Amino acid sequence: MKLALAGPPHFPPIQTVGGIMRQVLYALIPAIVAHLWFFGWGILFQIMLAIGFALALEAIMLRLRGKPLKPFINDYSAVVTAVLFALCMPPLAPWWITLTGMLFAIVIAKHLYGGLGFNLFNPAMVGFAAVIIAFPIDLSQWLAPRSLSAGLPGFLETAQAIFTGSLPASLTWDAISQATPLDALRTGVAENRMVIEIRADAIFGDFGGRGWEWIANFYLLGGLWLIWRRVISWHVPVAVLATTILVSTPMWLIGPDVNPSPLQHIFSGAIVIAAFFIATDPVSGCATLRGKLIFGTGVAILTLAIRRFGGYPDGVAFAILLMNMIAPLIDRLTTPRAYGHPK
Amino acid sequence: MADVLNLHSRPEASDIGERLYRFPGGLKLRHHKKIACELPLERLPLPERLYLPLAQHQGDAGEVLIEVGNSVLKGQPLTASRDDRVVPIHAPTSGMIEALQDWPVSWPPNHSAACLVLKPDGRDEWCERNPLPDWQSLSQDTLIETLRAGGLSGLGGAMFPTAAKLRGEWPDIHTLILNGSECEPYISCDEMLMRERPEAVIEGGLLLARALSAEQVVIGIEDQMGAVRRALEAAAKQVDAEQRCRIIQVTTIYPEGGERQLIQVLSGHEVPHDGLPQDLGLVCLNVATAAAARDCIVEGKPVIERIVTVSGPGIAQPRNLIAALGTPVAELIKAADGFSSEIDRLVLGGPMSGLPLASDQIPIVKGSNCILALTPENTARAQPEMPCINCGECVRVCPASLLPQTLFKFIKADKLDQADGLHLFDCIECGCCAHVCPSHIPLVDYYRNGKGQLRQQGVEDARAARAKARFEAREVRLEQVKAERRKKREQREQKLQQPQVAMDEVQAAIARARQKKSSGDDGGKS
Repeated sequence: MKLALAGPPHFPPIQTVGGIMRQVLYALIPAIVAHLWFFGWGILFQIMLAIGFALALEAIMLRLRGKPLKPFINDYSAVVTAVLFALCMPPLAPWWITLTGMLFAIVIAKHLYGGLGFNLFNPAMVGFAAVIIAFPIDLSQWLAPRSLSAGLPGFLETAQAIFTGSLPASLTWDAISQATPLDALRTGVAENRMVIEIRADAIFGDFGGRGWEWIANFYLLGGLWLIWRRVISWHVPVAVLATTILVSTPMWLIGPDVNPSPLQHIFSGAIVIAAFFIATDPVSGCATLRGKLIFGTGVAILTLAIRRFGGYPDGVAFAILLMNMIAPLIDRLTTPRAYGHPK
Repeated sequence: MADVLNLHSRPEASDIGERLYRFPGGLKLRHHKKIACELPLERLPLPERLYLPLAQHQGDAGEVLIEVGNSVLKGQPLTASRDDRVVPIHAPTSGMIEALQDWPVSWPPNHSAACLVLKPDGRDEWCERNPLPDWQSLSQDTLIETLRAGGLSGLGGAMFPTAAKLRGEWPDIHTLILNGSECEPYISCDEMLMRERPEAVIEGGLLLARALSAEQVVIGIEDQMGAVRRALEAAAKQVDAEQRCRIIQVTTIYPEGGERQLIQVLSGHEVPHDGLPQDLGLVCLNVATAAAARDCIVEGKPVIERIVTVSGPGIAQPRNLIAALGTPVAELIKAADGFSSEIDRLVLGGPMSGLPLASDQIPIVKGSNCILALTPENTARAQPEMPCINCGECVRVCPASLLPQTLFKFIKADKLDQADGLHLFDCIECGCCAHVCPSHIPLVDYYRNGKGQLRQQGVEDARAARAKARFEAREVRLEQVKAERRKKREQREQKLQQPQVAMDEVQAAIARARQKKSSGDDGGKS
């Protein structure tokens, strides 16, 4: 009789890296479908392109680093990075922007730092930060949501726009594009218009932007499912959302003319996806429970600060990268008191 | 339920079990206990040979009292007990000692150790026994001595010498906690014992409390053990007239049966990291140890058998058996109708923290609570070991509030002193962290390894430090001697350089010599 002599525990662990990442992808499906509905085919192309580039670059880097392909391709971490990046892209962004983003995300942020588990920064956000700095104009060209658009570009038109970088003759940018709600707010406030005036525009919905708020709802739904499945803990999302409300409410009450309402903050831009899907990235975040709370709080404060004072309409990516820098320190400072030890 | 606030202060007797506290982390695991409780408890027939490891406790083995070829009677001591830390072993049945040889044992894993081989003669003839049913009138010392001579060591698995636990220089022990919360899946030997022999557990608890002069006994069982509770309560009515026993059901969260966790749950206090439960006025013993203590005192029966659970997905008919110590594992498996399929692992203990067995010839010892057979499907892993992704699941489940992922990284990077600084030695090796690790890192293996290396270093460091101190002390001493000699010489030279002094010296010497001569024999004494 041949007996294995491995140490305890003797049953395999209850989860795998790939399993966690796959569940994150499932949780994104409702929001992707909403995105598809409100902004057309673009998101599908963006996702497919990003996944293709990410897996190709991952495979090349694994080969170059002499690592086995199979376990690391099967962990789905590159796919999650790709999908999160794609969800931040304007639907008609040209393909080379995605390629650039994935180069920064997979090659630089992930593999040059040691691959899965060793990256200091959230790869998707490194990729996004790189392209928003490099190509600010391309990244501001968002489509108008379905109900406001004269007509969303069709499948072939979308493909043409993404792969050739130019619109079909039948479409013009002016007809189909529109500033994002956060952009409109920022420029509006800069022009000394009051928030209430700015919000009268049709692009704003009940809370945030039209369409955007529904997508945020579906991120929320997916995120709650992840908490229920114990894929993520509640600490980071609760800290991000609660801090956003706690910080923006007094500002809104004091100066409602220049400061948007807390709900406006939450339901436009990337706060909800960040709270549940991006700031919860384990590798570049905190591991202690108090650390997770601090990390989420920091992300929310920095995002609001950048939205209010910074040069970019949404500050989520930068906020997360800034917090990534101090995550190891936070973990160190929040080491729990071990059993039987004094405080 | 409340968070633990009290640290290092002592709980009162009345605090224990008054309300239940939570310990951090832990896991809700599927129990799998019922499958082995369906068949009644049965005594396993004696095997052809018993293999009795000389050391069945934490510590050194006692001196062997018999010679190969000798006949022994049931209950006869086979090794001597020099002090409380050396636990004797006894013959589980009458027969002939065939050999003293190395035989595979469960601890250390994959090792052999000295075992006495006993061939039963089938008569099962007892040696002379000395039952003390009237234990209420016995002194503490007599009780502890009898338990020591009866070979008691912790039957919960750790096999700590019971006498050493009972006879310490502790200020005052007010509560004996009997641990009946068997938290690992599949293991049900204690549950079976408490159902079948509740009065033995309670009487054992009471006499152990007397040995400790503790005022009460608190029996902690799991909240799922309804039948056990009823059995214990009924038994308490009969044997516990003074009502000094309380039965407390605790929430089933693995590892609430760990000594330190159970104390935390029952008292809200933590055992100091550098201390013992005794510092809180508590002693914690397993319920099976209590029953064995009762048998030892009341019936004069040393520890020669125990209840063992044979279970797991690879066992055809899981059950609990009373087996003589020294019975090879294979005999128990045979009595459970053998394996139901191909086997990948045999485990002694539970699936979370049990020891892997290298062979089915390994004998049952005092701490062997469960034999678990796992099939290849049970143990197959869906992925290889991956890098840590810092998810923090291990932090969330660690009952000792450690940072398992950071400990792992330090040990892997060979920064053992930093791992020590993060309290590696407070890890209880419950396996919760490894059970939830998505990267399938064998964390417990790393911790054991790190602790082993640190211990070795610690021993070597201490040894080196002692040697260095000795060397330095010697150097200092030699230097002092030299300095003194130098000083004396210099003084003398100085004196001699002064003519007057030199003359005086010479005169004085002459005078001394004269005096010595004149005073005769008795003057030469100095």
